[in-house]
Amino acid sequence: MVEQPLPYSTKLSVALPSRTVRIWRERIIASILFLAAISSVVTTLVIIYILFAETAIFFEKVMEVHQESLFEALVEFFTSTDWSPLIEPVGIGILPLLSGTFTTCFVASCVAIPLGTIAAIYLSEFAPAKARELLKPILEILAGIPTVVYGYFALLVVTPFLQKIILGVQQFFNPGKEPWEYYELPGFNMLGAGIVVGLMVLPYVTSLTEDALQAVPVELREGSYAMGATRLQTAIKVLMPAAASGIVAAYILGLARAIGETMIVAVAAGLQPKFTFNPLEGASTTTAFIVSVSLGDLPHGSLEYQSIFAAGIMLFFATLILNVLGYFFSRRYREVY
Amino acid sequence: MRSQRSILNNLRNPIAIAASIQERKRWEQFFIVLGWFSLLVALLTLVFLVGDLFLRGLPMLNWKFFTSPPSSDPEEAGILTAWVGSLLVILVTAVVAIPLGIAAGIYLEEYAPKNWLLDFIEVNITNLAGVPSIIYGLLALGFFVYILNWGESILTAGFTLALLILPVVIVTTRESLRAIPQGIREAAYAVGSSRWQVIADHVLPYSMGGILTGIIVGISRAIGETAPLITIGALTFITFLPDPPIQSEFPYISFKWIWSPFTVLPIQMFNWVSRPQEAFQVNAAAAGIVLLVLTLAVNGTAIYLRYRFRKSIKW
Repeated sequence: MVEQPLPYSTKLSVALPSRTVRIWRERIIASILFLAAISSVVTTLVIIYILFAETAIFFEKVMEVHQESLFEALVEFFTSTDWSPLIEPVGIGILPLLSGTFTTCFVASCVAIPLGTIAAIYLSEFAPAKARELLKPILEILAGIPTVVYGYFALLVVTPFLQKIILGVQQFFNPGKEPWEYYELPGFNMLGAGIVVGLMVLPYVTSLTEDALQAVPVELREGSYAMGATRLQTAIKVLMPAAASGIVAAYILGLARAIGETMIVAVAAGLQPKFTFNPLEGASTTTAFIVSVSLGDLPHGSLEYQSIFAAGIMLFFATLILNVLGYFFSRRYREVY
Repeated sequence: MRSQRSILNNLRNPIAIAASIQERKRWEQFFIVLGWFSLLVALLTLVFLVGDLFLRGLPMLNWKFFTSPPSSDPEEAGILTAWVGSLLVILVTAVVAIPLGIAAGIYLEEYAPKNWLLDFIEVNITNLAGVPSIIYGLLALGFFVYILNWGESILTAGFTLALLILPVVIVTTRESLRAIPQGIREAAYAVGSSRWQVIADHVLPYSMGGILTGIIVGISRAIGETAPLITIGALTFITFLPDPPIQSEFPYISFKWIWSPFTVLPIQMFNWVSRPQEAFQVNAAAAGIVLLVLTLAVNGTAIYLRYRFRKSIKW
């Protein structure tokens, strides 16, 4: 029998690698990619390890200096209002840093939460599509400005402006004195810094809140309109409760950002740790303290070197808790519908 | 029980209904004004910030400002070392963050089995994205500077910023991979491609637009980042340039520069802002303009790219 030539070539014009080579190549690539994915977990572990290890050394040193037990050192850390790890006698109470952080954060929330919520409702429910297309990039620009530029803004634009306003208010209610007899807002104060932190956080709060409102199914809106409700009534009585967990997540994530914000407070809020809740004063936040210490010559292994890790661990856990809460809330609003 | 009675009464009274509608409409008008006001706050912030920066700093911006090192005399001071430092640090950041971020994104989206490990990594990345940048500075100080002994070098800074922007790159990579329809993958598998071939030859090229956007957003964040670099001990006053990367004799390329101390634009600006002398504020404003223009240009590119790619997708 004569073999008929096949009408097509059974040989490929390229040499393919064997099956084994192929499988092994795939395995190697997959493991490399896996290593890359695991790098984020490694980063977290290293952060936690470094913070804990250095903080442990911090407490060891404190116990040595103060001649006290670990328990006493911890009690002093959480209750004392004297934070001065750099000068003798060494004070290790974290409260002044926490009060500064809390106060600037509070001022920031007073700016970002109401304005952000109103802007989000407006953008989501009221604004014409064209206006929204125009305004969203502007918010994105605000979110992209380097924080050190915001710090400059807080120190050289907002604070002088606030000083004038506060002087003006006093002159209005209590006229007839010379200008220097009135209370003067110090150049470094938590009010100006907090307001600017709020302005910096505003775009995040707005866009996350808007996302949450947009995620509410359109039937809920239509149902409400069908009952004769106005857009405002729908937004406040139907959409806000429906999107509540998403909105809460937006607030919490904004708050976490405000706590972690460094350069604005380092430039404009002052660097002197002080136990006060008065935003008209200057004080140091946790982040600003870390910056101010790192700016000096920082000998490795000294108490001030260790102290920034002790401050950092507080900051890390505060933001971690807020982020986990925010994640939890934002998950919930996605699962409801 | 005010409501039910009065609503019933109102329903019988067309004038009351009209009045009630009028009232609600007024509230709505009021709210619209409120909405405009809050957006105006954001807008005015931008206007005042940019306006003040330009009014104060523009006279300082000239060729000399870009080509002279910092100096104790504000008139002489420039940003040469700062912008060179920024450039080199960002180079290291990009070299580390781009491959690592894309690889991690590909693994999580295309390879990872749906189990607890994936969930864990996912939650972990979300959390890392929310960790304040200064914590990364502490990580770098403890780990890169003292455990790995890299010192306060460009290498340390580049790695620090790379870790910082990694979550952004990973998340956007995943999102753009997810946007590629399953049919494209199936078609490639159907002609005998392996998994990696499907990804490298099809999925990845098609999603490059979105990935690029994420990288650019991350880089623009890295350009403006100050706090973690201050923490690792970046010098605020540096008058010499790092070794040039290109040499005249063999092997022509030198990597000595990654070990040299550095300063970057935001740190230079921070240094000038925190000085009491008025003259340095002008320098700070000028450096701020450079920084702002740089980050806005980079961010603008990202916004434009996203707009373009979103328009051109026709699956």
